Amino acid sequence: MSATMSATAVRSAAAPKTRADYEDFLYAEAALLDAWQLDDWYALFTDDAIYEVPTAGAQDDASSWESLFYIADDYRRLGHRVKRLNKQSAHSEFPRSKTTRIIGNVRILGSDDGGTEIGCTFVIHRSKDDRIHMFCGHMRYVFREDDEGGLRIASKRVFIDMDSLRSQGRVSIIL
Amino acid sequence: MMATAFAPVRREGRWVREDKHAGLFKVNREAFTSDEVLARERELIFERSWLFLGHGSELKNPNDYVTRSIGGREIIFNRDRKGEFHAFFNTCPHRGAMVAREKCGNALGFKCFYHGWGFNNNGRFATRSAEGTYPPDFGRDGSVDLVAVPRLDSYRDFFFINFDESARPLKEMLAGAGEILDLLADHSPDGMEIVGGVQEYSIKANWKLLVENSYDGYHAQETHETYFAYLMSEVGTPPAGTLGGPGTYTSRSHDLGNGNAMIEGRAPWGRPVGRAIPAWGEEGRVAVEAILAELRERVGPERAERIANGDRNLGVFPNLVINDIMAVTVRTFYPIAPDLMNVSSWALAPVGEDPLARKRRLDSFLEFLGPGGFATPDDVEALESAQRGYAAAKFAPWNDISRGMLKEQPMSSDEGQMRTFWREWARLMEGEQ
Repeated sequence: MSATMSATAVRSAAAPKTRADYEDFLYAEAALLDAWQLDDWYALFTDDAIYEVPTAGAQDDASSWESLFYIADDYRRLGHRVKRLNKQSAHSEFPRSKTTRIIGNVRILGSDDGGTEIGCTFVIHRSKDDRIHMFCGHMRYVFREDDEGGLRIASKRVFIDMDSLRSQGRVSIIL
Repeated sequence: MMATAFAPVRREGRWVREDKHAGLFKVNREAFTSDEVLARERELIFERSWLFLGHGSELKNPNDYVTRSIGGREIIFNRDRKGEFHAFFNTCPHRGAMVAREKCGNALGFKCFYHGWGFNNNGRFATRSAEGTYPPDFGRDGSVDLVAVPRLDSYRDFFFINFDESARPLKEMLAGAGEILDLLADHSPDGMEIVGGVQEYSIKANWKLLVENSYDGYHAQETHETYFAYLMSEVGTPPAGTLGGPGTYTSRSHDLGNGNAMIEGRAPWGRPVGRAIPAWGEEGRVAVEAILAELRERVGPERAERIANGDRNLGVFPNLVINDIMAVTVRTFYPIAPDLMNVSSWALAPVGEDPLARKRRLDSFLEFLGPGGFATPDDVEALESAQRGYAAAKFAPWNDISRGMLKEQPMSSDEGQMRTFWREWARLMEGEQ
């Protein structure tokens, strides 16, 4: 590779990201959340990103413009969510719950100008006050690459494939 | 303090004790933990009170139906071919299986999957069998029709059922709460509707703790510090005379009769129906101004001001909460056990609302309310924490609900609204005193 090649050329010449690249990213993201490194996690997002959790059982095309969700954060509100969860006065997560997440079935679903869509499934166990809550379902991500070719989350939508939150009560952790 | 003709100066109940002169009101924690109390509540309260079933907007067309569990029983809420509203027990008259097993749909009839008995959506038995299988006049007396809930009634599109055939009329039991439902209905010239998507969750606490919490102005600043920190960063300094703002805090507690109670005042958050906040931008300010102008034109300036600027947390006895705050939430809940309740929450919004206004409303809702909001999860934590504390009830037996009792006019940060609930609860559970 020539030393005079511009950054743009390097990027366009770079090999497209593989499923393994996305898997590595998703595992690293899961590790940040399990470790409650929420500021580092927030840094994974583009500054126009969204993070949404529709009500349990919702379809993939559910819209937070038309339906009541549990969470429909834009980048700004997501920043406040992180700020809140970093405080002891976020009572529902103090003392902090312990979480373990398993990410699987990672697939590249397609790509366009908006980014690359990735699907995966998840199982998240949350333990608090000697009780264990389980969340399971699937996620839909849209990734974009930054100037250095690094992956950034432009959209993360979490679909809880359960009938309701009767057994969990709340989604006060980030899924 | 003056005793009224309706409330005694003293109550010396097993669970509720009140001394009006001393300004003391106590509730025994056994009321939150005892199986016996829950059994009595089922018999004396839930079996006889008007229970929220659903909103008319959930059944927009003839033949629409929804299914839900109300007061521990599976119910079908539907409209028949002619558009008439019904409430049926969701159980086959033959051998009991549920005849509707989806959460909602549009159906001309219901068919039991077990043996195939079918019913028109007005409940009538509609099953053909080979001649001689049943007597010729089988079912003509209605004995194998779907069983209707004894009473179904509505007010301003809020539908309620009552398992007691002889219950007093809904409108009479709503008393002053009816006027608050009128205010809600006036939010829009085209009526109000439930927005798609219901939040169904649970709280490991006694159901009455959520009654108290839903109109508890006292806890807001303490429990919801993180929400208000967020809000202040979006709104700026709260205006004078509002919750969290400088000056007199004018939010008040109201006894609406029959155990119905409300707090009404002015909080610093935005209201999609008439109070813009800076975070909504110039577009939001202009849009809300247009909503206000229409409102003033339609209901007059005084009523428009109350609708646009009044924040109201309403509790309809026993288990319906309608909070007209940063958005409108309709919430009902039912005890599964003394220390466990199921909660269902909906968002109510004007029919035909502009898409951007609807999005703003839903965002306002989610910022505070629901299982993923910045506030509700902390309420849930507080309620569950209290429930765990009640395990020590033998040694720490009494909750104190006395705040503001000696005031002429209790504020919403007092506990008058909870006393209204508890007096009705005690009347039903312990009898008149």
